[in-house]
Amino acid sequence: MLLIYCPYCEEERPELEFRHAGEAHIARPENIAGISDEAFERYFFIRSNPKGIAYERWRHIHGCARFFNAARDTVSDRFLATYRTGEPKPRLEGEGQ
Amino acid sequence: MRKYSVFAIAREALRGHTGWPEQWASPEPKKEYDVIIVGAGGHGLATAYYLAKEHGITNVAVLEKGWLGGGNTGRNTTIIRSNYLYDESAGIYDHAVKLWEGLSQELNYNVMFSQRGVMMLAHNVHDVQVFKRHIHANRLNGVDNVWLSPQEAKEYCPPLNISPQARYPVMGAALQRRGGTARHDAVAWGYARAASARGVHIIQNCAVTAIRRGPDGAVTGVETTRGPIRARKIGVVAAGHSSVLMQMAGVSVPLESFPLQALVSEPVKPVFPCVVMSNTVHAYISQSDKGELVIGAGTDQYTSYAQAGSLHIVQHTLDAICEMFPIFTRMKMLRSWGGTVDVTPDRSPILAKTPVKGLYVNCGWGTGGFKATPGSGHVFAHTIARDEPHPINAPFTLERFRTGRLIDEAAAAAVAH
Amino acid sequence: MAGAFRLPAAGRLDAGRTLRFTFDGVSHTGLAGDTLASALLANGVHLVGRSFKYHRPRGILAAGAEEPNALVGIHRDAARRTPNVRATVQELYDGLNAVSQNRWPSLSFDVGALNDLAAPFFSAGFYYKTFMWPRAAWERLYEPVIRRAAGLGVAPDQPDPDNYSNRFAHCDVLVVGAGPAGLAAALAAAEAGARVILADEQPQPGGSLRFESGAVIDGKPGWEWAQETVARLAAKDNVRILTRTTGFGYYAHNMVALAERLTDHLAAPDAQAPRERLWQVRAGRVVLATGAIERHMVFPGNDRPGIMLAAAGRTYLNHYGVAVGRRVAVYTACDSAYAAALDLKKQGIAVPVLVDARQAPQGGLVEQAREAGIEVLAGHAVTGTRGRLRLSAIEVVPVAGGPQRRVEADALLTSAGWTPAVHLFSQSRGKLAYDAGTGRFLPGTHAQNAVCVGACNGTTDLGMVVEEALHAGAEAAGQTGAQARGATARPEARSPEGWSAGIAGPAPGAEAGKGGKAFVDFQNDVTAKDIAQAVREGMRSIEHVKRFTTTGMATDQGKTSNLHALAIAARMLDKPVPEVGLTTFRPPYTPVTFGALVGHGRGALFEPTRRTPIHAWAEAHGAVFEDVGQWKRAWYFPKDGEDMHAAVARECRTVRQAAGIFDASTLGKIEVVGPDAARFMELMYTNPWARLEVGRCRYGIMLREDGFIYDDGVVGRLAEDRFHVTTTTGGAPRVLHHMEDYLQTEFPHLKVWLTSTTEQWAVIAVQGPRARDIVAPLVEGVDLSDAAMPHMSVRTCRVCGVPARLFRISFTGERGFEINVPADHGLAVWEAVWAQGERHGAVAYGTETMHVLRAEKGFIIVGQDTDGTVTPDDAGLAWAIGKKKTDFVGIRGLRRTDLVAPGRRQLIGLKTLDPSIVLEEGAQIVADPNQKVPMKMLGFVTSAYWSENCGHSIALALVEDGRARMGERLYVPMPDGTIEVEVTSTVFFDEKGERVHG
Repeated sequence: MLLIYCPYCEEERPELEFRHAGEAHIARPENIAGISDEAFERYFFIRSNPKGIAYERWRHIHGCARFFNAARDTVSDRFLATYRTGEPKPRLEGEGQ
Repeated sequence: MRKYSVFAIAREALRGHTGWPEQWASPEPKKEYDVIIVGAGGHGLATAYYLAKEHGITNVAVLEKGWLGGGNTGRNTTIIRSNYLYDESAGIYDHAVKLWEGLSQELNYNVMFSQRGVMMLAHNVHDVQVFKRHIHANRLNGVDNVWLSPQEAKEYCPPLNISPQARYPVMGAALQRRGGTARHDAVAWGYARAASARGVHIIQNCAVTAIRRGPDGAVTGVETTRGPIRARKIGVVAAGHSSVLMQMAGVSVPLESFPLQALVSEPVKPVFPCVVMSNTVHAYISQSDKGELVIGAGTDQYTSYAQAGSLHIVQHTLDAICEMFPIFTRMKMLRSWGGTVDVTPDRSPILAKTPVKGLYVNCGWGTGGFKATPGSGHVFAHTIARDEPHPINAPFTLERFRTGRLIDEAAAAAVAH
Repeated sequence: MAGAFRLPAAGRLDAGRTLRFTFDGVSHTGLAGDTLASALLANGVHLVGRSFKYHRPRGILAAGAEEPNALVGIHRDAARRTPNVRATVQELYDGLNAVSQNRWPSLSFDVGALNDLAAPFFSAGFYYKTFMWPRAAWERLYEPVIRRAAGLGVAPDQPDPDNYSNRFAHCDVLVVGAGPAGLAAALAAAEAGARVILADEQPQPGGSLRFESGAVIDGKPGWEWAQETVARLAAKDNVRILTRTTGFGYYAHNMVALAERLTDHLAAPDAQAPRERLWQVRAGRVVLATGAIERHMVFPGNDRPGIMLAAAGRTYLNHYGVAVGRRVAVYTACDSAYAAALDLKKQGIAVPVLVDARQAPQGGLVEQAREAGIEVLAGHAVTGTRGRLRLSAIEVVPVAGGPQRRVEADALLTSAGWTPAVHLFSQSRGKLAYDAGTGRFLPGTHAQNAVCVGACNGTTDLGMVVEEALHAGAEAAGQTGAQARGATARPEARSPEGWSAGIAGPAPGAEAGKGGKAFVDFQNDVTAKDIAQAVREGMRSIEHVKRFTTTGMATDQGKTSNLHALAIAARMLDKPVPEVGLTTFRPPYTPVTFGALVGHGRGALFEPTRRTPIHAWAEAHGAVFEDVGQWKRAWYFPKDGEDMHAAVARECRTVRQAAGIFDASTLGKIEVVGPDAARFMELMYTNPWARLEVGRCRYGIMLREDGFIYDDGVVGRLAEDRFHVTTTTGGAPRVLHHMEDYLQTEFPHLKVWLTSTTEQWAVIAVQGPRARDIVAPLVEGVDLSDAAMPHMSVRTCRVCGVPARLFRISFTGERGFEINVPADHGLAVWEAVWAQGERHGAVAYGTETMHVLRAEKGFIIVGQDTDGTVTPDDAGLAWAIGKKKTDFVGIRGLRRTDLVAPGRRQLIGLKTLDPSIVLEEGAQIVADPNQKVPMKMLGFVTSAYWSENCGHSIALALVEDGRARMGERLYVPMPDGTIEVEVTSTVFFDEKGERVHG
């Protein structure tokens, strides 16, 4: 069970309080009704699924209920950072392309 | 390939089993092959075997970064069934079951395919509706699957608790008698031996680090930890690592990799005669030939390549097992482990050509790829050899996510209303 | 005297505290503090089990958790039978009843031992090469025979009456293992002020000090120091000591799982007390002091009862006061076994010979052995053993060759060296490093905040062990921010023993012996030859060797055998050991009871049960319940022996003739509030909301971004900025999550607040021609006339004096109201409504009737008539999509090629030509029932009921191009015949929809 730092509660809490919410930094297209099939596929289905540092969303569903972002190494499952929704990706050491 | 038989064993017994040949050769990689298969799991090895056997393409290398059969092939709970809802799924999984039925003889390797029956429990009205939908669709597709009352389910699997007082009482079950289990390692080894005998090179400890493409965009070969290898056709069969490999060729795929755990109990005398699955309470259980209860847990919620999961996932599974089979509470967990499974948005696999010429992909089997091993290898070999899909895998395209023509087995088992 | 082999002058047990026990029905006497193994040995019983494959007689190899052979069943009573219990771990209690396993008819005469004669046939992996002909025989003949022969103990056949418990704990420093290293580390950490948890698998801490007779710490015998240290620790309020507690799993982010055994050692445990407790400890820093495990010597005939590990023999002697034989020979490749020989000699037990595989062993212990008059045969090998069910003699030959000598002995202690117990370190994903000098895998790079100390870290000198552990404990405490309260005194520690030497693989000179099988893995009957054969057959990775031979896969998970197997494979492949690889260590370290992992999560606590405020009333009125998600919902209310069919028919009839009252409290409810509430609703639902008047309701459809129906429900607008949203019963949590996701991450500019109110409101639906008459007397301040409160409207008011939201809505097609009142008042208001209802001939109805009535009207149930692949248009709900809207979730997904292609399955109604036949939900529909399998299926039945009100069966179905098939004849092939159906509208009753107003 992971131990996750909620950037809103500013506390480490056990994973049972959280729900994983998929890859982060995938914005819903502004004019979604007008985008191509290919763009829709990219937005809704395609995932980077990296082996290494993944940017992902979590929700502190049984806590403050906020969505936030995290950078986690998917090989070691170690969190490198968690940060609030809307904040840019943090700069991390050892990050791949 | 020296034939295995009881006589061969008797002959070897006389000389202390010192005369057995290697089951598969371990050659140095050549500079070039007609086809490279990336990933020596069951699916990859089967693909190579059928390329050689059915299509006469024997100049094939199967590249494996670790040891053959060491990924999900050697980590899964070996459940085999074909009672899927959609025609497309029933088609490919039943194709596999038919191949399973003769596989030991085909490979001259006892893969211990045991049609002990797979029973799926219904715990509420919604389950009943969904399972009956499966049963009727299966019947009209020629796939066996029958409905059992709770009493019939109990007769088929005596340890089952069918008390109406259970938290989720058993309301019935769908039984596929042709379903069952097989010995996972034997499947990998049997295909490896048979492919090797037909000239396929199985190259272990050889990780692919890049996929090379020519000026026309077509693949030209791979870079590996054991040097570059050329090939005009490359089949990626890398399960949890498919995203990573496809990215090497510049192809993005709709996959996410999750940790999936399983566990076995200490071995006991025969007590559990079949395979039981419950989607509602999340538990999958059978007993191996060795006597261990083999139990499948669920995936963790986050993506990971760690091949390890959390204890609470295992706990949740055992909660369900002990709820359905209260006699097992005093049994002990002997070993637990994790694998990395690649999951598509519609929970159906991708076996297809890709936008890159010469690059083929077989991935997205999620938590249940083992059962498809022979069928998957068979039609994927066809796809590579002919550069067009076999009718059975034609629906399992990459493009379906663009058009919306999904094969949504997950949605078909929709959550309770 | 508790046993003929109990020595009066040895051991730490109290000779006055005797306990009785039985093994295979024979009564014996042991002492308090014994394990089953020590008590059996005290009584001269060495034959305890049979091996897995060859059914060879097996004795006791070890004195701890690594035991591969001595597995028994413990039968406390008929329901409390535990298979595969290690006799070396099971503590003795008065009346303990143990039975041997895997033998028939008896332990000393086992028919299965015939397998041993056929052993040349049963080589490694033989089963992969045969049993293939004839094909059908595998399942009918071979597999059942193999299965019966396999397995060890017998699973319980009754539900377990015991309880299990589960705790989470946090600490600064977790110390796993309470030998000298663990105790020292815990002491240093505790004295520095850290919150410490110290766990050890034994009933008493002390670890190797149990047998290490020469250890001196702080001027005291080691064991004495250990017990004093435990007392010091126990007196501190910042220390928790857990004995009989095994650290079995090391998980991500420093979560370590411990299994504590609470009652298995008690003669008469409290039936309510938990049998075991799972601890999930989140530690700031973990100190692993897990010790080392002795390896046996691999030589022909090394499995005979009476042959055991040297330290085990010493433990039985020094701790339990038991001689493992009268003439005890020793066979070793390292120094520590010399100490065993010396201890035996001191107790007056004959040590006829000490065979050392090394050519020229040197050092203090060797000299002492020689001085004590023990014949040391350096450079020799044991090449065979004698004795049927117990060792009687060993055969000794010089390694370099020479005459064989037979030495009479009834026990043989062996030691090939010590393997550091790096299991937990490895589970923590730390990287092991191979130390070629000592032939050991040692902790290398740590992956988590942990440190290894003592023997598991490769530190073998006791003085250095204590020093290292004290340092690690203090450092761990400092790192986690504990305020130092003063440094721990550094006691001096010394021991004459060294543990680092040894060999892996077959003993030199013993490989080629004709004396029988040289076992690597005892329990799974894997010999050195099997490993060699696997390598010859192309198994070049240790994982392949392991899987092909099953070495290391028995219940002991290869604790004594893995390094031997690896060394043999490496030698065969002519590769360094680390290149062949070490198999991965996986949890658990030792087997863990399912019950401990389950804890309280059984029966009613398996999953929470959600009940509505009206549940008790329904129960009292005879309702049958169904599970919907976690909810229990009243399914139907049978009266006077009615079956389900009769009850539902009556309920359906009565609702349409008079009225019915239905508990709809499980309906999901979300309050959407804020100045931008309407804008938010526009985005989340397909429908238009901006112009919905306050006080009016609308049926809303929610899609996922992919365009498929995700949820539905009636939404009422209570104010310009306030919507009362209802969802499906099962959908409420995910709908709220879905809304929050969009609100927080995609539309954060909208000023909207979402609140789940599912549990806040009890919902009582009153439906039927008399609904208004029933409701009216209870409602205050609302004009219920059709003009003032038409269908699809909502009012805030009081009902029975309680604040309420009153909806005029209908899921039955009848005039209907849904009364929402605070949940605490739900039952009272229900009873008041019921009292009114009875006057008007109303019934209470359940979910089944609700389903029938809505199906008569063609209203869908999301999740039953849709399945995640259905668009609004498929479901005949295209009207619910706001045509002028430029955005809502799902707007783009809906326009994908396949979602607008012809030939999609559409929801239609079906009537059976024989009106009495009710279709089966899930049944498939075809155009041509005579086609061959596989048939072309056009669709399937989503809902089907007997309609009492229509006088015929009704069904809803999703059918390809369904709406273009009105009136068409289709077929439903069933196992017992084909049913003819006609495609109809989805509305079967009151097609004009007049009754909602009537």
